[in-house]
Amino acid sequence: MQPLPLDSYLNRFSTAIRACLGLHPLVALCGILLLAGCGGGGGDNTIQIGEYSSLTGTAATFGTSTHKGATLVMQETNASGGVLGKQIKLLTEDTQSKPEEAATVVTKLITRDGVKAVVGEVASGRTLAAAPICQSNGVPMITPSSTNPKVTQVGDYIFRVCFTDDFQGDVIARFVHNSLNLKRAAILKDVKNEYSVGLAHYFAQSFKQMGGEVVVEQAYSEGDNDFKAQLTAIKAADPEIIIVPGYYNEAALIVKQGRELNIKVPFMGGDGWDSAKLLEIGGASMEGTYYANHYSTSDPRPVVQNFVKKFHEKYNETPDAIAALSYDAVSILMDAIRRAGSTDGPKLRDAIAATKDFDGVSGTITIDNNRNASKSAVVLASGPDDRQE
Amino acid sequence: MSELLQQIINGISLGSIYALIALGYTMVYGVLRFINFPHGDAFMVGAFVGYYAAPRIVPLVGGSLLIAGPITLLLSMLVCSALGVTIEKLAYRPLRPRPKLTILITAIGISLFLEFGGQLVFGPDPKSFPTLLPSAVIINTPNLVLRSTPVIVIATTVGLMLLLRFIVMKTKLGTAMRAVSYNQSAASLMGINIDTVISFTFVLGSSLAAAAGILYGSLYPSINPLMGVFPGLKAFISAVLGGIGNIPGAAIGGFIIGLIETFVTGYLSPTYRDAIAFGILILILLFKPSGILGRAESEKV
Repeated sequence: MQPLPLDSYLNRFSTAIRACLGLHPLVALCGILLLAGCGGGGGDNTIQIGEYSSLTGTAATFGTSTHKGATLVMQETNASGGVLGKQIKLLTEDTQSKPEEAATVVTKLITRDGVKAVVGEVASGRTLAAAPICQSNGVPMITPSSTNPKVTQVGDYIFRVCFTDDFQGDVIARFVHNSLNLKRAAILKDVKNEYSVGLAHYFAQSFKQMGGEVVVEQAYSEGDNDFKAQLTAIKAADPEIIIVPGYYNEAALIVKQGRELNIKVPFMGGDGWDSAKLLEIGGASMEGTYYANHYSTSDPRPVVQNFVKKFHEKYNETPDAIAALSYDAVSILMDAIRRAGSTDGPKLRDAIAATKDFDGVSGTITIDNNRNASKSAVVLASGPDDRQE
Repeated sequence: MSELLQQIINGISLGSIYALIALGYTMVYGVLRFINFPHGDAFMVGAFVGYYAAPRIVPLVGGSLLIAGPITLLLSMLVCSALGVTIEKLAYRPLRPRPKLTILITAIGISLFLEFGGQLVFGPDPKSFPTLLPSAVIINTPNLVLRSTPVIVIATTVGLMLLLRFIVMKTKLGTAMRAVSYNQSAASLMGINIDTVISFTFVLGSSLAAAAGILYGSLYPSINPLMGVFPGLKAFISAVLGGIGNIPGAAIGGFIIGLIETFVTGYLSPTYRDAIAFGILILILLFKPSGILGRAESEKV
């Protein structure tokens, strides 16, 4: 048999691809941008949105809050007639608080269920595991509350509705330096957590620029329960404030054990502290602690008060910032689908990117050129009275 | 100097928990020659029994922690004993004539069942453990603080270890346990009821795990269904380090691991904590495979 010329091979190859795309819906879905928007999954009268959340595992309350916020938007939207005349269907997958699981379930949501957009996650580590999959499949993804700057750098399909850690680190540094007037800080960060490491880094950077000093830096790993060794070492360095840029469970135990060791200086953290569990676990020890956050339930704006009321009616609890951000993320997505007039990947992406002055629960949100949200932060004192910066 | 003293106190109170869990591992191993993986999860269940029971018991006894604490502890030990015996009856007993590997895989399965079943039943979010032990200050200098909680934890651990030693060395059932551990079929020929002895071993082991759960919850008041995984692993290492099957060895191993972890975290970096703890384990196994207090024994055929 005579060898075929090269262009003939290419010709056959592309025919084969076209045959595959035409015949096999799964392969067609993998055909990425070419066919995005007309692939299978979902009936004619529904728009499927994927959500991946840590419903179980160490960060379970974050995932549960995200899911509650997203569900609330979906029900409101459907009750008022849906979007583009279609009902919204929210498909939720559990990441079990593991990055590898996040990658698996997002692949499933996109390739098997054919969702038009993806919402998730809270932890930046898991969001970073899933974002490249959304990017390469041309499915827009909005993270409600991953604050690590790297997340939206993955590509032009990845957005966020919360502030970033460089901004948050700066807010904490300014609050410590200017409002509390403290110059010697210690840091106790979670080394296995990108969010914690990032926030610690940005805080230290800003704090040093302002003339502050980081006297000691200690570390722990997510899931640890005993922090007395680190706290004893921190105490020996005699700081004026201890920054704990981690999550609520460890933060509450750290503050509690710090108080047991007679550490009387204030503790401060970021939005990872925001959970009702913080006070439940930390109890009276949480007096004299502060954390930066996305929103305050005492904000008088109608959109906030309305959200708090509806959330309370449905779930009988006060929404935390994670729920508020998830509510905003899905609301912005609904708004973008309306403006795009389509769920076509590139069109939807452009509509999300064009979001401007959206009146969200967590503030007025404008998506900037780097697909991040430009907005404000608040600093809360843990305990009954909220203070804002 | 006072920092060093403080770290020693921190290490001993962490170690006492490992020691308590390690005792359960070592006992079951001593009698049955297999690792009871769900032991770390019995520890978790023990803590959750305390979480649900304590708020109901405290008002019953007029808010006195002195009475409510021991009652909660006993109740939790009781529930976990029942759990341990049930697991042994349903899962291990039918497999006793089978190869050890079969039982080992079953043990891992039960461990996973308890962990994820726990997430379903108790909910996956961390719960705040109620205050059961008084937290009065005993020593209070600017650089050295000693509270009553770790002291009570260490005292309870030592008390339970002594009790266990008494049961194993001085009582009839304890003697039977040791006989079964030496040679099961010979013990059976001497008229010892093997099933009873094995059930009793699980009662002892599980109730120690329950006690550890309650004490752990009191020291670190955030509990969740996966809380048993790491302490369970560390306790297992402690048991091997001290010489598995050896009761004082398990206790010593627990304290050593607790101290090493605290010192590595406090003076080096927590990143190396597990690496160094496991490294020491490897060294000990290389040079003294039977553990610190373990006797070298020839393989029985």
